Amino acid sequence: MSLDKKQFLQAYRTMRTIRDFEYRVSDEFGKGNIPGFLHLYAGQEAIATGMCMNLSDEDYIVSTHRGHGHCIAKGGDVGDMMKEIMAKQGGSCAGKGGSMHIAAVEKGMLGANAIVGGGPPLIVGAALSAKTLGTGSVGVSFTGDGGSNQGTTFEAMNLAVVLQVPAIFMFENNGYGEGTAAGYAVGSKDIASRAAAFGMPALKVDGADIFETYKTCKKAVDHCRSGKGPIAIEASITRFRGHFEGDAQQYRGKGEVKRLMKDLDCLKIASDIAIKKKLATKAELKAIDKEVAAYIDEAATAALAAPSPDVSELLTDVYSSAY
Amino acid sequence: MPIKTYRQAINEAMAQEMRQDSTVIVIGEDVAGGAGCDGERDAYGGVMGVTKGLFPEFGESRVIDTPITESAIMGAAAGAAQTGLRPIAELMFMDFLGVCFDQIYNQAAKFRYMFGGKAQCPMVVRTMAGAGLRGGAQHSQNLTQMVTMVPGLKVVCPTNAYDAKGLLITAIRDNDCVIFVEDKFLYETSCEVPDEMYTIPFGEANFLREGTDVTIVGISNTVNKALAVADRLAAEGISCDVIDPRTTSPLDEESIIESVEVTGRLVIVDEMTPRCGVAADISSIVAEKAFGSLRAPIMKVTAAHSPIPFAPALEDAWMPQESDIEAAVRAVLGYTR
Ligand SMILES: Cc1ncc(C[n+]2csc(CCOP(=O)(O)OP(=O)(O)O)c2C)c(N)n1
Ligand SMILES: [Mg+2]
Repeated sequence: MSLDKKQFLQAYRTMRTIRDFEYRVSDEFGKGNIPGFLHLYAGQEAIATGMCMNLSDEDYIVSTHRGHGHCIAKGGDVGDMMKEIMAKQGGSCAGKGGSMHIAAVEKGMLGANAIVGGGPPLIVGAALSAKTLGTGSVGVSFTGDGGSNQGTTFEAMNLAVVLQVPAIFMFENNGYGEGTAAGYAVGSKDIASRAAAFGMPALKVDGADIFETYKTCKKAVDHCRSGKGPIAIEASITRFRGHFEGDAQQYRGKGEVKRLMKDLDCLKIASDIAIKKKLATKAELKAIDKEVAAYIDEAATAALAAPSPDVSELLTDVYSSAY
Repeated sequence: MPIKTYRQAINEAMAQEMRQDSTVIVIGEDVAGGAGCDGERDAYGGVMGVTKGLFPEFGESRVIDTPITESAIMGAAAGAAQTGLRPIAELMFMDFLGVCFDQIYNQAAKFRYMFGGKAQCPMVVRTMAGAGLRGGAQHSQNLTQMVTMVPGLKVVCPTNAYDAKGLLITAIRDNDCVIFVEDKFLYETSCEVPDEMYTIPFGEANFLREGTDVTIVGISNTVNKALAVADRLAAEGISCDVIDPRTTSPLDEESIIESVEVTGRLVIVDEMTPRCGVAADISSIVAEKAFGSLRAPIMKVTAAHSPIPFAPALEDAWMPQESDIEAAVRAVLGYTR
């Protein structure tokens, strides 16, 4: 089943929101308004969006160091996220987490993770809760090609198969783990066939095409919901930015980024297909673009004006009770 | 004498050892960078550029880019060390110790002893620690205490470029597993560093400043903060002995005790969390072995007992600052029974 008009417009809006969010935080980072490290999801929007459209707030996801897009797609509050990334009061994590730990726990977004390979075991646990408590929820771990090589990821896939829990291992293959090519670091033919070798079905999808990611993710979610155990997806994609903001990217070929940004822009691909299929008009998409731009600007302006966390917060929430 | 940065000094130590000993290899994530890519090789030379230039000189058989796989990196280094190579394995951030600790503390640290002295593990784990870069809870920790408590591991915390070169050469030539903790705040700092190779023995503290009123011991970059405080207090006539142990395992207990025998007062500064830490360890040693010399309670200046917060205001409050060190020095000086 493909996206209908309403769904498409929602998908487009989410992707546009992620893209604008990322470019705005990139700008603010450049102006010195964001401390720490920043890894942007620009270019990969169709993956988080296609997956999370198939999920509800009762489903769980875990993310990576590149987590803003996953958080937005899962319904995280953009204003709170902006504040968190700028280390302000009212941030999603009270200013204690930052970009690499962005989360929206109330929406089932259990957290970005600065430990590569930290997420997959956690999602097995979330899926175990769903199975044990009979909630019908599913868990999705988003992992990079680099993270696909961690021992924790292998162990998590095996355990998910052994326990037959409703876990989806979404591998976003953007070609690189930092400055090392996936083609070098992933020893098997691809990530999907390695996942399949653990004993679960594994699908492959073009990560730049929202129609495709939506369809494939729906298959995976349906598989999990019907009690058939875990499943994996490998989505091929590129990242528009460096590994982190400020990365000189000398490892990338001449003209590579420019070419990929032209060929693999999920927003452009989505609008072209939608207009051809008459799912949307240029004017409708333009209107969304305008609304999103205003929305992001409002979030950034509010975050810039917000105060820093109070120092008295340092020792709160280390434990659940008085210590 | 030429002036070199901490980064250059570490790089030079590796390059010089690699030139004269073909069994020395470097292995880790993006230690060169660009593996399998269309662009340049040696694109990173480590995320902080510390191994830059080693790949072009020594090639891919001795400067090995790996997948993201810390357990296998540390285990492979330990296994290679047991069988004829002298690996320098890079653990990008010390926080990632959690991913690979078994291969270090149950394997590398124990070979020699478990196998009755018949095995050895001449490897170096180069890693980067330290807060203040707003890296958050999983990219800022200094976990020196976790490795210092492991029998079989040696632990080095260089605090300036000169020491970094001499200590790293000693580490590479050592026949045990050495954890070499680089403070990420120091890469740009510089001092005079000889072009020749030289070694600095483990277990020999460095007296950075001699004084008679208070002994300050600092681990990693905190010793530089302690030095700044001591310089300022000197203007007021307060005279501090500032000691950099340089290695936490082995630890030069003797130098610390000798100093406390003169000053009678001890402040220990360390950027780790307070419980079961290096500061607590040194404190217990001095309390046990120099109790009679103490004229005031020992004071520890450490980080707070919490994960490391992201927000700058919180992180600054979390870590020991010069003002905390100064307050501790004044407190031990002002102590009366
Ligand atoms: C355990 C661990 N090892 C290494 C790192 C450093 N690091 C952060 S992101 C990254 C690359 C991850 O690549 P991939 O999984 O493909 O995700 P991408 O950055 O492409 O989104 C590395 C090596 C880390 N954060 N955690
Ligand atoms: Mg990747």
